Amino acid sequence: MVLSAVFILDLKGKVLISRNYRGDIPMATVDKFMPLVMDAEEDEQTASPVISTDDGITFLYIRYNNLYLLAMTKKNSNAATILLFLHKLCEVFKEYFKELEEESIRDNFVIIYELLDEMMDFGYPQTTESKILQEYITQESYKLESQARPPMAVTNAVSWRSEGLKYRKNEVFLDVVESVNLLVNANGNVLRSEILGAIKMKCYLSGMPDVRLGLNDKVLFETTGRAAAKGKAVEMEDIKFHQCVRLSRFENDRTISFIPPDGEFELMSYRLNTQVKPLIWCEAVVESHSGSRIEYLIKAKGQFKRRSTANNVEIIIPVPEDADSPKFKTSTGLVTYAPELNAIVWKIKAFPGGKDFVMRAHFGLPSVKTEDPDKRPPISVKFEIPYFTTSGIQVRYLKVVDKSGYQAFPWVRYITQNGDYFLRMPDAVKNTKLDRDAF
Amino acid sequence: MAFQTKEKGEAFELRADLNSEYREKRKETVKKVIANMTIGKDVSGLFADVVKNMQTDDIELKKLVYLYLINYAKTQPELVILAVNTFLKDTDDLNPLIRALAIRTLGCLRVEKVVDYLMEPLKKSLKDDDPYVRKTSALCVAKIFDLNPSICIDNGLISSLQDMLSDRNPMVIANAVSALSEIHAQAPQDQIFVITSPILTKLLAALNECTEWGQICILDSLASYKPQPGSREASEIVERVIARLQHANASVVLSAVKVLLIYLGFVDNDLSKQVIKKMAPPLVTLLASDPEIQYVALRNINLILQRHPQILAAEIRVFFTKYNDPLYVKLEKLEAIIKLVSLDNIDQVLLELREYASEVDVEFVRRSVRAIGRCAVKLDDASERCINVLLELIKTKVNYVLQEAVVVIKDVFRKYPRKYEGVIPALCENLEALDEPDAKAALVWIIGEYAERIENAEELVEYFVEGFKEESAKLLTATVKLFLKKPGSAQELVQKILQLATQGVENPDIRDRAYIYWRLLSSNPQAAKAVVLAEKPPIESDNSTVSETLLDELIYHIGSLASVYHRPAALLGVRGDSIELKISATNEDDENTVDVQKVVASVGGNIENLLDLDFGTPAIIPSSSNTQSSQSASNVDDLLGIMDIGGSSHSLVNNISAASIELPKVQLLKSETANGLDLSGAFTKSYGIAPSAALSVPPLLAQQTVNVSLPLNRNGNVVAQQPANAVQIAIKNSLGVYYFQILLTDERILV
Repeated sequence: MVLSAVFILDLKGKVLISRNYRGDIPMATVDKFMPLVMDAEEDEQTASPVISTDDGITFLYIRYNNLYLLAMTKKNSNAATILLFLHKLCEVFKEYFKELEEESIRDNFVIIYELLDEMMDFGYPQTTESKILQEYITQESYKLESQARPPMAVTNAVSWRSEGLKYRKNEVFLDVVESVNLLVNANGNVLRSEILGAIKMKCYLSGMPDVRLGLNDKVLFETTGRAAAKGKAVEMEDIKFHQCVRLSRFENDRTISFIPPDGEFELMSYRLNTQVKPLIWCEAVVESHSGSRIEYLIKAKGQFKRRSTANNVEIIIPVPEDADSPKFKTSTGLVTYAPELNAIVWKIKAFPGGKDFVMRAHFGLPSVKTEDPDKRPPISVKFEIPYFTTSGIQVRYLKVVDKSGYQAFPWVRYITQNGDYFLRMPDAVKNTKLDRDAF
Repeated sequence: MAFQTKEKGEAFELRADLNSEYREKRKETVKKVIANMTIGKDVSGLFADVVKNMQTDDIELKKLVYLYLINYAKTQPELVILAVNTFLKDTDDLNPLIRALAIRTLGCLRVEKVVDYLMEPLKKSLKDDDPYVRKTSALCVAKIFDLNPSICIDNGLISSLQDMLSDRNPMVIANAVSALSEIHAQAPQDQIFVITSPILTKLLAALNECTEWGQICILDSLASYKPQPGSREASEIVERVIARLQHANASVVLSAVKVLLIYLGFVDNDLSKQVIKKMAPPLVTLLASDPEIQYVALRNINLILQRHPQILAAEIRVFFTKYNDPLYVKLEKLEAIIKLVSLDNIDQVLLELREYASEVDVEFVRRSVRAIGRCAVKLDDASERCINVLLELIKTKVNYVLQEAVVVIKDVFRKYPRKYEGVIPALCENLEALDEPDAKAALVWIIGEYAERIENAEELVEYFVEGFKEESAKLLTATVKLFLKKPGSAQELVQKILQLATQGVENPDIRDRAYIYWRLLSSNPQAAKAVVLAEKPPIESDNSTVSETLLDELIYHIGSLASVYHRPAALLGVRGDSIELKISATNEDDENTVDVQKVVASVGGNIENLLDLDFGTPAIIPSSSNTQSSQSASNVDDLLGIMDIGGSSHSLVNNISAASIELPKVQLLKSETANGLDLSGAFTKSYGIAPSAALSVPPLLAQQTVNVSLPLNRNGNVVAQQPANAVQIAIKNSLGVYYFQILLTDERILV
């Protein structure tokens, strides 16, 4: 499970800060890291996140901004744990310094050392909850009147919440966010359509409240004998919970009960496959005219309820890298050519359900062709549909029970947005006839 | 010079400031020192001055000085003693944060001298009232054990640690488990961490309460527990662990999956089916994590699928690649697709693979094309559809697609001899576009094999003779085949090529082969026919990523590096000199022959780990002179037949697996006497093991056993992906040459 040392490097491989946890590998070994990455990239491969030197030392790393967060080990360590820990480090640093980049590391090296010391011991991850860490590792230690002590939470069974919190108004905000992942092939067949949902919470509650969340969970309805009479139930294929949720309780009777962390966190995420129509459908017809110019006809359709509206819709249509002199025509929205993406970006501020829109684009192509095969990225779509979930998930209740017996106010919002939403481009239709007509 | 004074000046200034009367000034200076340390400047010279600042109420300053100590303690072991007193005082501080900090830091100093001073405070802190101090002390024991095991045992630290498994705090239990597991791994013979039923109960209780990282430690430790047969224990564990599949932390999920897979064997069928069913959704969800985690998950999923393909049988679509997946994720998904492809989904898969074949990333395109061929070999009833897709791809004329397609079509031919001759013309049309050795060799092999069906086979072969080089071995064989099939028209050609091969080629393998052919042809054309045109066994599909034995081991290591590398744990992080190949040969016969009694290879005493095979199979070892001679006759056919298929340019040993990849071949035993025994072996590239020294063995006398050790290192050719778990051995003695491979479902033949 263990790792020997953690480094943060810049993109050139220079060590910005490091921490040696076990002293069993010389720290200079890190110099072998960049050459390994370079070698892998030279072979036209993206270096995998786990690479090893020829004397058996393994580097595991992630990239964030212009940094590498890197761990090394020479044992049969738990790769998943190490990589997750690196992601966790990243997260904690971001909470502490707003942004994690070269500069914020230089400016905060003292506190980074403190965090590295507290979050891992002898290569074993310890306390990684940034809320709890912030209670005793702060940038303004001199402001603390008494000496910092380890919060109870560090070693408690409830390691994510401190006692004695007080709010005048006890509120809970729930955001149900569903991201739609879609993959459609060039023939218009849906290859994959899945929803990744998340319930995000903002908790402003006093004391150590016990919270219960009720969803229209199909499995729960079935086991408790409640037929679908009470509205639609959703069948979630897989659910993942924040560590505050009592997993064994959920396993027993599907009750989601927990003592929440303070402030913002993701309570749970779920995944389900859907048979529903893709929310925003795009059809593309591409015509190339003797390779001298190329035309696109894009039809976009909102296949969701009429009373909903998709906001900030962006349809990104890839075009050949060497395309020039763009011309567009559309009745709705704004079309621009984004040469840095090699794509047309079609923006529609408000896209009502049930409507369809058309856009035409025209490009010239150079007479000299490049040898490279065409990259063929898919069309991608961005959107947000408020007050709507594809799955039909509903928060039925949120019960907050605290010793002091206060009343809490839950607020719930729903939103659906795009995840990896891709529609593959059809091949260009060669149209030589038109050209001949032009002559 | 100027520079030097400046340096001196800076150090001088720092030193002065460290001794400043103002507290803030001193603190700022310590920060400056640490800043210098961070950018890699050596500030160890200031040791004594920094340590003076250790005694302070300011936690931040204290932490900085501690950090400095961790970095430089090793360079100044004498001076560390100066700090010990303050440390000891700190371990008695009222604030648990400081007590724990002192214990944690003392453990990190890694200076032997300090260890003695540490014993008393550590014993005390293991029983501290504050769980924060106890959990820190637990790991400290592991740190000290690493430095000095005996002192830990003598001072009863280990038993304190064992007592901690009953602590009332879950974090303390988790760290005690971590520490004990690590100590146990270092000295397994001492049985330091053995889970018993009462401990198990405590661990399962703690599992529900401790942090995510603690849960991983506990789950990992459960993997080694053997439940009592016949009891409900196994099902109880499974029921507890199954709830962990819902945890947001991917590593908790993977560890839970591991424990469940291990315990499947101990529970009844109903529960086992239920577990398998419950495991699928969390595994799929792992594919929604960050790409690095996805990669680890996919490497593990590919192992799990080899054992339990039914788990995700209905989920093949989740492995369809996304446009923005990194290459390393795409390639792993491709493997999973091949594992899951069946007649139910082949059409969909082919559409997908066809799509991938038109992407930009060359490596991915090649693998996708190869995947189509692998589908054809795997699914008899769909092979025609696969071939059609390959033909379509050939028509695109994209160079690397074409080359790869030719290579895989050769494999398809070897699986289904004479079934798809119709595609040969399409392949031959593209003769001139082929410029990669593998592709050329593949086409040459096809031409030779189907010479009688190809009208202009002579022309085609002649075309290749021009560039007689990389594909030589295959070309040689192809020409001979051509001659045997069409003796009239190819005589000149075969003469030419045999001449070329025997005179103009440096590679002894090709030369030898040419001589064999030449003699065969001139002495007995019928025998030549029997040898060269012998029926070859069809190849099998390569559904396994690793051998079954290795798989058994890797299931125990799910989530770990071994399972990411698909390599035995014992081979990770080992330096070359610590691996040894041990060989013992015995000469039992009183007359002429040599009997290889056993060939044992081991890594640190563990045979399976290195070679992953059960050696000493008597069937493959010649035992008496009589059988030997009869065997050698029959073996030649076989041998040459195999050679034919492979036609590798390297050596006979390689031909067994017919891979065109060069293997580091080791001569393990060499005979200097007539009744000696030649034993040579090569480790395939999967482990990348190569000998780091030459081996010399004294001649074997009758009734003599010789033990030889050969140091190995891991600098050998490592070929990414699809490790082959095979050891290829050649035994040569005065009577014949025997080649055998310890077969571990190695489908390298396909590559």
